[in-house]
Amino acid sequence: MNAPTKNKFSARDFTSDLTPVWCPGCGDFHVLMSTTKALAELGTPPEDIAVISGIGCSSRIPAYTDCYGFHGVHGRSLALATGLKVASPGLTVLAMSGDGDGFSIGGNHFIHACRRNIDITYIVMDNRVYGMTKGQPSPTTEPDWDSALSPGGTGLSPFHPLVIALASGANFVARSFSGDIKNTTKIIVEAVKHPGFSFVQILSPCVTFRPDEKDWKNTVHPASVEETDDPARAARRIMTDDGMNTGILYRGNRAPYKPQVTGKGVETIELERQFEI
Amino acid sequence: MTNKAIPKKSVSVAIVGSGGAGSITAGSILLEAAGKTGWYGMMNRSVGPQIRGGEAAALVRLANHPVECTAEKYDLLIAIDWKNADRFAAEMPLKTEGLIIADPTSGPIPELISSSGATVAEIPIKELAKEIPGGRENMIAAGLAAGFIGLSVDDLMSVIGTKLANKGQAAIDASRACVEAGIAQSRNYDFRFEIGEADLRHKGRWLITGNEAIGLGAIRGGVRFAAAYPITPATEVLEWLSPSLTEVGGALVQAEDELSSINMAIGASFGGQPSITATSGPGLSLMMESLGLAAASEVPIVVVDVMRVGPSTGIATKSEQSDLNIAVYGFHGDAPHVVVAPLTVADCLYTGQWAAHLAEAMQVPTIVLSDQALGQSRVLMKRPANLSFFAKRKTWERTSEEPYLRYALTADGISPMAIPGTTGGQYTADGLTHSLRGHPSTRRSDQQDQMDKRHRKVADFDYGVHWGEITGEGETVILTWGSITGPAREAIRSLKAEGIKVKLVAMRLIAPFPKEALDQSLKGAKRVLVVEQSHSGQFRNYLRANTEIPGEIRHFHRPGPHNIGAGEIAAQIRDWK
Ligand SMILES: Cc1ncc(C[n+]2csc(CCOP(=O)(O)OP(=O)(O)O)c2C)c(N)n1
Ligand code: SF4
Repeated sequence: MNAPTKNKFSARDFTSDLTPVWCPGCGDFHVLMSTTKALAELGTPPEDIAVISGIGCSSRIPAYTDCYGFHGVHGRSLALATGLKVASPGLTVLAMSGDGDGFSIGGNHFIHACRRNIDITYIVMDNRVYGMTKGQPSPTTEPDWDSALSPGGTGLSPFHPLVIALASGANFVARSFSGDIKNTTKIIVEAVKHPGFSFVQILSPCVTFRPDEKDWKNTVHPASVEETDDPARAARRIMTDDGMNTGILYRGNRAPYKPQVTGKGVETIELERQFEI
Repeated sequence: MTNKAIPKKSVSVAIVGSGGAGSITAGSILLEAAGKTGWYGMMNRSVGPQIRGGEAAALVRLANHPVECTAEKYDLLIAIDWKNADRFAAEMPLKTEGLIIADPTSGPIPELISSSGATVAEIPIKELAKEIPGGRENMIAAGLAAGFIGLSVDDLMSVIGTKLANKGQAAIDASRACVEAGIAQSRNYDFRFEIGEADLRHKGRWLITGNEAIGLGAIRGGVRFAAAYPITPATEVLEWLSPSLTEVGGALVQAEDELSSINMAIGASFGGQPSITATSGPGLSLMMESLGLAAASEVPIVVVDVMRVGPSTGIATKSEQSDLNIAVYGFHGDAPHVVVAPLTVADCLYTGQWAAHLAEAMQVPTIVLSDQALGQSRVLMKRPANLSFFAKRKTWERTSEEPYLRYALTADGISPMAIPGTTGGQYTADGLTHSLRGHPSTRRSDQQDQMDKRHRKVADFDYGVHWGEITGEGETVILTWGSITGPAREAIRSLKAEGIKVKLVAMRLIAPFPKEALDQSLKGAKRVLVVEQSHSGQFRNYLRANTEIPGEIRHFHRPGPHNIGAGEIAAQIRDWK
């Protein structure tokens, strides 16, 4: 692995020549910009970074970066990322996907990745809808949002990903808005730098199936309180906020997961002794 | 020590008792002591559905030649007690000339056991144990068995010393005294079951289970990462791998479910580390979508399926060969991959190591179909030879200014893989149909080319002689796969002794179908008996879909939990008029 050197890179060094399939105006363009800017600022060369995703519009992101990438199956980005990080601890590993991918089909992995607290960064581009399958409600969709699949709305209260992350043991919890590239970049830099499992929810509008979300630029606002290292306090604040306040909301100090590696690296012949009688 | 052929002989003992009676420990001591002397053997355990407690039986077979299957009929049955023993009495039919040892205070002998016609010897096991301070009934039972079989007292005492080392000297002394008391009791009877001369030309035994052997094979083959979700009867593969991987500088992660474990293994392998996971039917079902991802994105991975009785949760503790279909056909789309099956417990090592080699060489998901009968049996085997199967992945390094094409079309279909950290090799692995560079594509030519390439690398690979094992010769053939190989081999041995020549063809490579090699091995066959442990005949149907079997065909198959035995297979041949 090459040693990180500050400011050697620009966002372009982390951006591929592939044209995104996203609709014009999709918030994910901005997430891509913030991510590549953050990676440039972090200074780790692109070959030492892996961006791992699931399935969805947002999950297309790895190929738009010039890092190593894995576009896996729906919902399993965190499992891929965990295996990769354990096997190759020197890599900077980012998992990036959508709210359907991460909270619905991948919900169990989300909980356990937080609990495992492995040193990776999980960025969810939350548009409160399934974009790729053309407009069905996701776990973060409002209960009365009308769709062909659930006419009149699901009637279900939305999921609180940040609170779930806190309750499950994530070590860094933040919310951002895709349109605010400056702060999103800053948050991603902090998230990657912070040891353990960092979770960043980026509100990223789906202009096609949720045109109402174009208004998010007017409704988001920075969190009015300082970040905390007390998960209960952070959770209480998040439970009672309007879902639109942004910033780093929790920064913990749990020790990141390390697989038990004695590092002895003995020859397999030594393992065989146990079978001799 | 002589060089003339020693007649093959074996003795089978069942020690039954309620859970906690220690029948399994007694069986283990007998097995290990026999190994020290230079004999071979195998032990299976039969347990009831209770998690703890309930009934337990140690089924031990000792022989003067390598054994590859359990006995169909028992010489000696020792009952520490009869609690619930009727539940598995059917699994241990006794020979008429056999011996039943029962404690008179344990109540009547279950009808299913006494009806065998075997002689009954009433020995007060409980009382004998009570007479020795700290004495235990299971050790009296071990002594009785040792006495009737004629095991070496020195070897027994030494095994007790090492096995009970952590229990302290008092426990060791008590156990030794019990074993001696048991042996002394056996002298009051004329019964003797002799294994015959031990073959001391190849001393140095290994004592290992199929589950451990697969894990060891994988590590020998280069595997350094495992992801785990427990499931019977595969858990011991993972529990053995956990500390062992740590020892060799690798790692095991316990996952939250099989959707996760398979993906963790794929992620680790994408990072360059040869990876494995082990599961059973229900877990394999959950893994199927991601196995397809490994096939499409060309990430090598070994998945061990220790098959149990299905469908659904079925019978978790019993064997069946009914996951052949899912292993071969379970993928959606066309997903070339490899399926291999160990033939015996000893072969679990060989096949485990071969699987790691195949997966890595072809960058392909490789499923290993073991089963409960192999995985949870413990055998005394010859010290195995070193094998030359190693994980050797074709990796990429920058040699020119040309952009890196992860999915380049090569003659053998295998494309050099850049490992993260390699400068200039950045690419995105993808389950979407992709271009040579790995970019998502909906082009017809990309789908055609990549499908051809993935097919080519698996279809054209040279599997050499490892595809199967052929034993004996003749125009009558037993054709089988996996764990039926052991009983089938024993069947052809006993048929040979009767002057009936039978050839055994056992397939280790299941997919891709080794058509040429199989056809060659069946050339000139007049009668082919296909044997498998599956209700619907999955193997038979798979053969029919892929080749023309010559001659007359018969099919002997049934579902678990009752394993197909050597005697039944031999009878099928004898009765074929
Ligand atoms: C196993 C499986 N089920 C369903 C799908 C179909 N599918 C593709 S993307 C998607 C939802 C994506 O939503 P989200 O993760 O929120 O991402 P977005 O498209 O909104 O960015 C679904 C259901 C699939 N690919 N795989
Ligand atoms: S459908 Fe929505 S989420 Fe998908 S690319 Fe278009 S705007 Fe973005």
